[in-house]
Amino acid sequence: MADAEILSAPLVLEYPFSRTVGPVQSAFLTGLRERLVLGVRSEDGRVLCPPVEYDPVTSGELGELVELGDSGTVTTWAWEPEPRPNQPLDRPFAWALVRMDGADTALLHAVDAGSAEAMATGMQVRVRWAAERVGAITDIACFEPVGAGEG
Amino acid sequence: MSGPLVLPEALRDVEAVRSIRAPARLEYRFTAGEATSRFLRGIASKRILGERCPVCGKVMLPPRGSCPTDGVPTSEQVELADRGIVTSFCVVNVKFSGSAMELPYVCASVLPDGADMGLFGLVQEIPFDQIRMGMRVEAVWVDDDELQPNLASIKWWRPTGEPDAPYESYREHV
Repeated sequence: MADAEILSAPLVLEYPFSRTVGPVQSAFLTGLRERLVLGVRSEDGRVLCPPVEYDPVTSGELGELVELGDSGTVTTWAWEPEPRPNQPLDRPFAWALVRMDGADTALLHAVDAGSAEAMATGMQVRVRWAAERVGAITDIACFEPVGAGEG
Repeated sequence: MSGPLVLPEALRDVEAVRSIRAPARLEYRFTAGEATSRFLRGIASKRILGERCPVCGKVMLPPRGSCPTDGVPTSEQVELADRGIVTSFCVVNVKFSGSAMELPYVCASVLPDGADMGLFGLVQEIPFDQIRMGMRVEAVWVDDDELQPNLASIKWWRPTGEPDAPYESYREHV
């Protein structure tokens, strides 16, 4: 066939969802916008962060919000050597589960550690707040190792 | 526990977050393959090119290079009319973000004369509540200098005014 060039073109499939968040996540996200991290107390007395609306064990409705600090402990992590567009940072970083001080569960976020050698399970990290906050998980720009930068 | 949620003092006088945006976005590169490339090149010159299965004789559209029923390569290119039959349609009453279409509008499956599969497109130039199955339509192409190898080159389909096709003539394509 004379005309055998195969055609190829970008194809973007996008669903522009938005969703309501319910009372507990509303408080959590409003808190982030105001630079305040909130957990919720479960029926067995643990503090869950990120907070959920219903108890993961009993399914009971939860509503006792607990104010937490802005630092926590890395419980596990994975290094991201080549960040993709729209990831939290545009340079290599760690995905980490961070247990906020005063909480019993952990939050998935990014740690701006510079290199994988600077990461360790059990290390202390602190919230770096986004300059512009809108009521979303990205209001936490990332976490940074405690002692790095400002000490 | 139940009962009203007690907000920390710092959050009592600020506007609460009620919803979040959570878009799902997938970025692909679509490679058409040989048969669909032939079809798309035809579209860029205002021709609708199907391909016939040598076993069942059906004309596939858009052609993918093989017959989905018989599993054999299609063997013959068939030029189809740019007119045909509305086999089914949907009145769209919900605005999609990014769409400039005025509501309500109609999306339809159009079976070009000579084809055994329909093309998806818009039906315009007729009030939405007069569109019906079996209606005869013709393609309205974009201006020649705007023709591209994709289906946006067919702006929409419009009624030809011919009598409706009887249901029996397209029942297996609904």
